[in-house]
Amino acid sequence: MKSVEEIKAAIEAAVPGAGVEFVPNPGPAAEHSLRLAPESAVAVATFLRDDADLAFDFLSNVTGVDWPDKEIAEKVKVIRQVTKTVEGVEQQVEETVEETRKRVEPGCLEAVYHLYSVAKKHGPLVIRMETVNRTDQVELPSLTPVWRAAEFQEREIFDLYGIVFRGHPDLRRLLMWDGFKDHPMRKDYVDPDDYEYEPTAHDQVLKRAGEHRAAEAAKEQGLGT
Amino acid sequence: MTAVGTKPERLEGWNRPPAIVPDGEGELLEVAMGPHHPSTHGVFRMDVALDGERVIRLKPVFGYLHRNHEKIAEQASYLASMPYTDRLDYFCSLTNNWAYALAVEKLAAQEVPERAQYIRVILAELTRIQNHASSIGFLIQEMGASGTPLMYAFKEREKILDLFESLTGSRMMCNYMRFGGCRVDPSAAWLDATRKVVAGLPGFVDEFEALLSSNEILMARTQGVGILKPHLAVNAGVSGPMLRASGVNYDIRKVDRYGIYDRFKFRVPLGDHGDVYDRYMVRILEMRESIRILEQALPDIPAGSVMDPKAKIRGFRPKPGEAYGRIEAPKGELGFYLVSDGGPNPYRYRVRPPSLINLTVLEDMCLGHNVADVVLIFGSVDIVLGEVDR
Repeated sequence: MKSVEEIKAAIEAAVPGAGVEFVPNPGPAAEHSLRLAPESAVAVATFLRDDADLAFDFLSNVTGVDWPDKEIAEKVKVIRQVTKTVEGVEQQVEETVEETRKRVEPGCLEAVYHLYSVAKKHGPLVIRMETVNRTDQVELPSLTPVWRAAEFQEREIFDLYGIVFRGHPDLRRLLMWDGFKDHPMRKDYVDPDDYEYEPTAHDQVLKRAGEHRAAEAAKEQGLGT
Repeated sequence: MTAVGTKPERLEGWNRPPAIVPDGEGELLEVAMGPHHPSTHGVFRMDVALDGERVIRLKPVFGYLHRNHEKIAEQASYLASMPYTDRLDYFCSLTNNWAYALAVEKLAAQEVPERAQYIRVILAELTRIQNHASSIGFLIQEMGASGTPLMYAFKEREKILDLFESLTGSRMMCNYMRFGGCRVDPSAAWLDATRKVVAGLPGFVDEFEALLSSNEILMARTQGVGILKPHLAVNAGVSGPMLRASGVNYDIRKVDRYGIYDRFKFRVPLGDHGDVYDRYMVRILEMRESIRILEQALPDIPAGSVMDPKAKIRGFRPKPGEAYGRIEAPKGELGFYLVSDGGPNPYRYRVRPPSLINLTVLEDMCLGHNVADVVLIFGSVDIVLGEVDR
């Protein structure tokens, strides 16, 4: 199989403006990956599948990873004017003080795809995409039109991580029920106090029963008079 | 859950199931098969729309056995998830152990001693035989042959489970493999007992085949039913015996050559038509190939340790990075994707469940068939709900 850098070059030659980025893997497995720009991801994926040399026709694994917002505390040296009493005389002295400053590095949600080739018997190639943030811009293009294997797995990511896949034919929750609100695989998910709670039709049934009783009572009154 | 009858938007394309038009006479009947249908091997629902007896739409509904295995594993140490992998596909706990151990060994660059590699191969192939035998037994039970073939399969499975119990202490929840080897060294008596069981296996497969393979009812019910075309099978990520029954030569034991599979001679059985009968036949033939592997592996087990002496059990913290390890489990490609941030727990732990992904094409295979065939087609996929819903 071509190395990941060579595949990156091949993509850039075939899909103009692909915006592919090389992501090294520091671990001993050394499975380096390519980060695709969401705008051109479907074109790149189609190229990876249909190119005669690469022929990544088998999408094995699709998964999400959550990277929460990080609060980074940095120590910065600041020079300050301080009034000090030196030998009985007040003086303005410059002093270097260490100050902790906090900044928030925005997080994102990531979708990771592992590709193999059945025709050429090589792989894996890891491709990944990132959302802009974790709250309101969580859309990524769906690769289900390219590889059907992503159908249930992207539904699972939508369910557990909350990435919305544009172009998915049937994007519903896969494992949790439809009335469920949160995304349990996110790192900041908080378990509910009441594990047994599941939505029931109880309130609606009571409401309907009340309406029914009122209507019956009205009918009876009408008959009486 | 979506209410029965809401039809999701359909994306047209060659890799989507074809729309089947009802003939216009009478009304459509919408049936919820499951979650407690006896053929679903657990709790699983198929929302089926029927035109007479013909299936015109089928939507699988998952999640009844969901327990968020992945979240639990992300909150535990690497080793603490090992016994929990047993509960994924509870028929094949040893292959689940191996897939997880393989992924962690890849993540942390660990070596596995020779003797442990042999034992892993032996246990994985025994697991494959008992899984295929009982999955065929269940398939034929669903076809209407109550009990008999299943009991033949279970009789043999019992012997294999006894071997697992005497080695690992548990019949099904084996929790046997470790990162860098195996937990206990099998005794010479255990290896002798295994040789005896393996010597009896070809006779069992012969008997099983004499009972079933040329049975007229089996052939009439399964041939030409639930055909899966090879290009769709590859595109939909189908793996394992189902992929090979469609005629695609892809066996991870041959492709990745993980463990020591490159040392054994075995063939990869392929089907011609991709129907239910081919899936049955591929499983029978795979059992025979597994016996061949066992016959080669058992005589030349080397002596030595079953655990890498450098392997770190306590305070195990792999370097930051990620790895994807996969094996050919009896049901298909079982993979584990791990991301480490250098801590004692995996930052991301993902199971690639073959049972779930093989169900992607369930609707494609069932459309146009009678509702009685849905049970058979579903049985031929060979799933375990513990792995589908995780």
